[in-house]
Amino acid sequence: MASHDHDNEHKASGEKRPVLLLAEFDTPSKIMHAAEKVRDAGFTRWDVHTPFPVHGMDKAMGLSDSKLGWIVAVMAATGFTSAFAMIYYMNVVDYPLIVGGKPPLALPSIAPVAFELTILFSAFGAVFGMFGLNKLPRHHHPVFVSERFERATDDKFFVSIEVDDPKYDEKKTRELLEGAHATHVEVLEEEVV
Amino acid sequence: MSAVNPNLPIKDINEVPLAAESYDFHGITEDVARVTETPAPRGWWVMFLIAVSLLGALGLTLAYLFWKGIGAWGNNQPISWAWDITNFVWWVGIGHAGTLISAVLFLFRQKWRTSINRAAEAMTIFAVICALMFPGIHVGRVWLMYYPFPLPNSMGIWPNFKSPLLWDVFAVSTYFTVSLLFWFVGLIPDLATLRDRSKTKIRRMAYGAFALGWRGSNRHWQNYERAYMILAAISTPLVLSVHSVVSFDFATSVIPGWHTTIFPPYFVAGAIFSGFAMVLTLMLVVRVVFKLHGLITLKHIELMNKIILATGSIVGYAYAMEFFVAWYSGNEYERYVFFVSRMKGPYAWAYWSMIICNVLSPQIFWKKSMRTNIPVTFAVSIFVNIGMWFERFVIIATSLHRDFLPSSWGYFHPTPIDVMVYLGSFGLFFTFFLLFIRWLPVIAIAEVKGVLPAADPHAEHYGHDSHDDHDSHEKPADGEATAEA
Repeated sequence: MASHDHDNEHKASGEKRPVLLLAEFDTPSKIMHAAEKVRDAGFTRWDVHTPFPVHGMDKAMGLSDSKLGWIVAVMAATGFTSAFAMIYYMNVVDYPLIVGGKPPLALPSIAPVAFELTILFSAFGAVFGMFGLNKLPRHHHPVFVSERFERATDDKFFVSIEVDDPKYDEKKTRELLEGAHATHVEVLEEEVV
Repeated sequence: MSAVNPNLPIKDINEVPLAAESYDFHGITEDVARVTETPAPRGWWVMFLIAVSLLGALGLTLAYLFWKGIGAWGNNQPISWAWDITNFVWWVGIGHAGTLISAVLFLFRQKWRTSINRAAEAMTIFAVICALMFPGIHVGRVWLMYYPFPLPNSMGIWPNFKSPLLWDVFAVSTYFTVSLLFWFVGLIPDLATLRDRSKTKIRRMAYGAFALGWRGSNRHWQNYERAYMILAAISTPLVLSVHSVVSFDFATSVIPGWHTTIFPPYFVAGAIFSGFAMVLTLMLVVRVVFKLHGLITLKHIELMNKIILATGSIVGYAYAMEFFVAWYSGNEYERYVFFVSRMKGPYAWAYWSMIICNVLSPQIFWKKSMRTNIPVTFAVSIFVNIGMWFERFVIIATSLHRDFLPSSWGYFHPTPIDVMVYLGSFGLFFTFFLLFIRWLPVIAIAEVKGVLPAADPHAEHYGHDSHDDHDSHEKPADGEATAEA
């Protein structure tokens, strides 16, 4: 966690400090409206947790478009170039092979391998790029402190707001979420290191 | 989740729901996770013991094969490819349904895929493992298997990138890697579900390690869904390319019956055909053994049968077209292969078995009552599995057994080692598949939840007016009233 000037209770280790406000909701519709309220209230360090991707949530949270496509485009270009360079070096420069009366650099015969490596690199870009953007794997996170959060992968919907958010105020934020029909609101704590 | 408005969008277009109507989110979690959390039914153990025994027999057979050399097989000149390449193409073909269901149907917004895509993807991966085994052992001296890889070696020579056999190495290994990534990405949210339900520390650690700390964050879902879409978009040309490249192994050689331009589309259609047949064979059993009738519904089976009918007819058209082109080309070797070898030669029995299984048997699916009949579907799926094996055998054996010189004509007789390696590949496949259905979510939990009517954030006030961002602040009370009604 980054700066937390407003709370004055970080002393010796073993003590706890609040890090997240977690609110639970029952349906996709309610979490959607709650997300819109949190967005409109101007929060920036918050998140929504759902068991499946809820359609329209990106807009409700005010998220900008995913950057993943750019990573994949770069990887695709890398894959194609690597394949071409590999084949060119191996079959043209280092050991020219003349097979079937074709010249060493026969473009049609390069196509299958160049295509496959383009796809392979793109797939690595998509998967590992996604992990990178999402900062996964991350096995420890304050939300996991909550026992109720175990149902975030089953049938419940959650909003988590970081205590470090500049707009955060325990009482007002709690009222905001309860006003959006949260069924349960709790403050999650983390040990001060 | 009883509070669901009955006036749901899916009804508006007279669609049958994709999961039984009684399902709520938690019900799906329960039914799918239960398979991995309760002791395996006896049927599972019976099948697993058979599969592991076959796998053990495969190990012993391969050990003997490596010791003796491939003379232990019935392969000869001219039929040097025989069962190995037949089995390779057959297994790779089966492996096509998974990615087709995951990628192509995803891009076409065919939401019914969600109930079957997980198992079909798993099937793909295991089928490709079986497929890769065959060229691996067919090279004879397995310790020289690194030859096709672009590695520096003591001969100072590189692989020949003009060879379709080398393209095949790249195509199939890329296909395997991408399928595995696709499958794993799909599994992450469901592994998190299993992690969060775990009662023991070992389960929590095991599922948790692979769930990568997934917490259902919408900031993650956004990139996740984009990654999934990109994987689908790149896997679609990939799946079409893989069997095209496999067909190049045949089509680029000057063997009568192989040297045709129809091969790539014909092989791809056949691959989808056989893959769907295998998915049906497996899913019909899985839904009974694990009581998943509400998630793998008759609707899914009917849709898959339609694809079987369509691709089976394409394959039938391709068979007819081969005859036409052989006749039209005026090439006597081509004509001989089709009008003599296949129709009435020593392998006519295999050819006509193929026609009956692949072309005739799926035609029964023109009738809806047959498409929705489980025993008939199961029988046809088995017929198609057999027929597609014969297709590859017919292509290989009939074209090779009559060489250009009558002095080198031959006939292929399988040895017990041939048979044992083929049966053993089933052991390999089913051992993996049975472990998969026992320990991993066999249905994509998060995806099926996403296609439930209740997953639509507008579901609660559907029929009032369309939800809009501006008037959203008044809406919750409104939606609540409807929900409680």
